[in-house]
Amino acid sequence: MFDNITLGQYYPAQSVVHALDPRMKICLLVLSIVAIFLAGNLLAFVPVMAFLALACKMSRVPVKLLIRGLKPLRFILVFTFLLNLFFLQGETPLLNLGFAVIKKEALILSVHYALRLVLLVLFSSLLTLTTAPVTLTDGLERLLSPLRVIHFPAHEMAMMMTIALRFIPTLLEEADKIMKAQTARGADFESGNLIKRAKAMVPLLVPLFVSAFRRAGDLAMAMEARCYHGGEGRTRLRVLKMAKNDYLALGAMGLLIACVVLLSRVY
Amino acid sequence: MPDLIFDVQNVSFAYEEGGPLAVRSLSLQVPKGAFYAVLGQNGSGKSTLAKLMNGLYLPTEGSVSVCGMDTKDEKHTWDIRCRAGMVFQNPDNQLVATIVREDVAFGLENIGVPTEEMPGRIEQALRDVGMTEYAERAPHLLSGGQKQRVAIAGVLAMRPEAILFDESTAMLDPQGRREVLSAVKRLNRELGLTVIWITHFMEEAVDCDKVFVMHSGEIALSGTPREVFAREEALRALRLDVPPMAHLAQTLREAGMPVQDVLTVEDMVREAKRLCR
Ligand SMILES: Nc1ncnc2c1ncn2[C@@H]1O[C@H](COP(=O)(O)OP(=O)(O)OP(=O)(O)O)[C@@H](O)[C@H]1O
Ligand SMILES: [Mg+2]
Repeated sequence: MFDNITLGQYYPAQSVVHALDPRMKICLLVLSIVAIFLAGNLLAFVPVMAFLALACKMSRVPVKLLIRGLKPLRFILVFTFLLNLFFLQGETPLLNLGFAVIKKEALILSVHYALRLVLLVLFSSLLTLTTAPVTLTDGLERLLSPLRVIHFPAHEMAMMMTIALRFIPTLLEEADKIMKAQTARGADFESGNLIKRAKAMVPLLVPLFVSAFRRAGDLAMAMEARCYHGGEGRTRLRVLKMAKNDYLALGAMGLLIACVVLLSRVY
Repeated sequence: MPDLIFDVQNVSFAYEEGGPLAVRSLSLQVPKGAFYAVLGQNGSGKSTLAKLMNGLYLPTEGSVSVCGMDTKDEKHTWDIRCRAGMVFQNPDNQLVATIVREDVAFGLENIGVPTEEMPGRIEQALRDVGMTEYAERAPHLLSGGQKQRVAIAGVLAMRPEAILFDESTAMLDPQGRREVLSAVKRLNRELGLTVIWITHFMEEAVDCDKVFVMHSGEIALSGTPREVFAREEALRALRLDVPPMAHLAQTLREAGMPVQDVLTVEDMVREAKRLCR
């Protein structure tokens, strides 16, 4: 049952995009979001899409995999698109469906909003597809570490994420084991309505939680035995270093934002 | 006095103030390079003793010193835990990172070893436990014995004087158990690593230097394996079994066969040959 849960969606490959510094990739994601929101008209989306296509090509991630990131959002996408289409204000009637009139302005705006959402998801998918979770955690920790001055627990957060990543497969395995044990004793997880199935989950979740807490206790003890005492004075095995490509990518992103602003103004 | 790694003096420990003592006025000296085994039934205080020996717990009474440093002295806490590492029972609950190499690095990162120095120490530690080719694997894909060896590597990388093993083979299959024990024995022999081996398996204790049997927080029996396992009655009273071969020897002796000094299958073969002559 749990076999098909893959962690994140990292697609391992050797590419320039994979090799970028995770800090830079996170910054680039933020900047691409800025670019998406700066786009004032449909034309301004063209360079954004071109940038995404180029980045995808250079990352060697199959386009199909990238598109798959949209799948969980398909209902929301269609729903908001239709809602916008029917209810946004406009002047020029385009199509009379009898029960409603579709306006030209509404159509353009609906497409605009839908594109915005699609691009947001695609850019973030590209980040998670090309960056291993551990590396991403590392990048986040380092990016957020200046916030320590306002007591933001950057190191603790990163450590928490690492531990979560480490233990998710272990807990899934355990859940599978408990489930099989309960099934052997006649528990039924598969049939019945939603409420019945949710109830059936209780005998699975209780032992799972109990064991997770025990693991947490053990782990804390083991970490302490290995001299863990927070982020203070800690060195790292992997140091992140910005390279030429990182600055090139940043430059390209700058150009993209300039293009978007220009197109939004001119048109 | 020879170099003492651990010096436990009259230590008592209670989990709650005024509560029952988990360890009571216990003394134990461990010289450098020793391989000591600690046996005892469930709840006899073995884990508590181990945690007292690297400063995870501080004694309620008495004192513990590691390489001459008192565990109560806060400025030595991290130094003590570097000198006396610990490997726990559950292989799943002591690995922190998602890649073997990085897990081995965890302790080094904690004590602030410079980044340039880390790869060398990690390679060395993985080589010492024979896990070099697994350096880039994810821990959850390893067998139990392999996970325990990674945990040992994580401790070894910190260059400890001693490692405390708290039932580190209890959750492994026989294959994994042999794997881990033979790795530890080799470290003890070749690197002179001091080992405290806590276990439920009598046969794991037969060729160590000394055996300590704990019972309700005290050391009830101690001595060389031969001395301790010869006392079958006393061991039974403490609800422990003797190793199978020692038991067989006892039965044979009762049946009138003068077999002596038997702990392992090899000993039994030797005695059998001697008696057949
Ligand atoms: N965290 C704790 N809080 C309170 N009491 C504890 C705690 N851990 C252990 N004890 C008690 O201390 C005593 C010694 O426990 P300890 O875990 O040291 O035994 P052990 O010899 O390691 O047993 P086992 O073979 O089961 O591992 C037991 O009576 C136990 O109930
Ligand atoms: Mg124990």
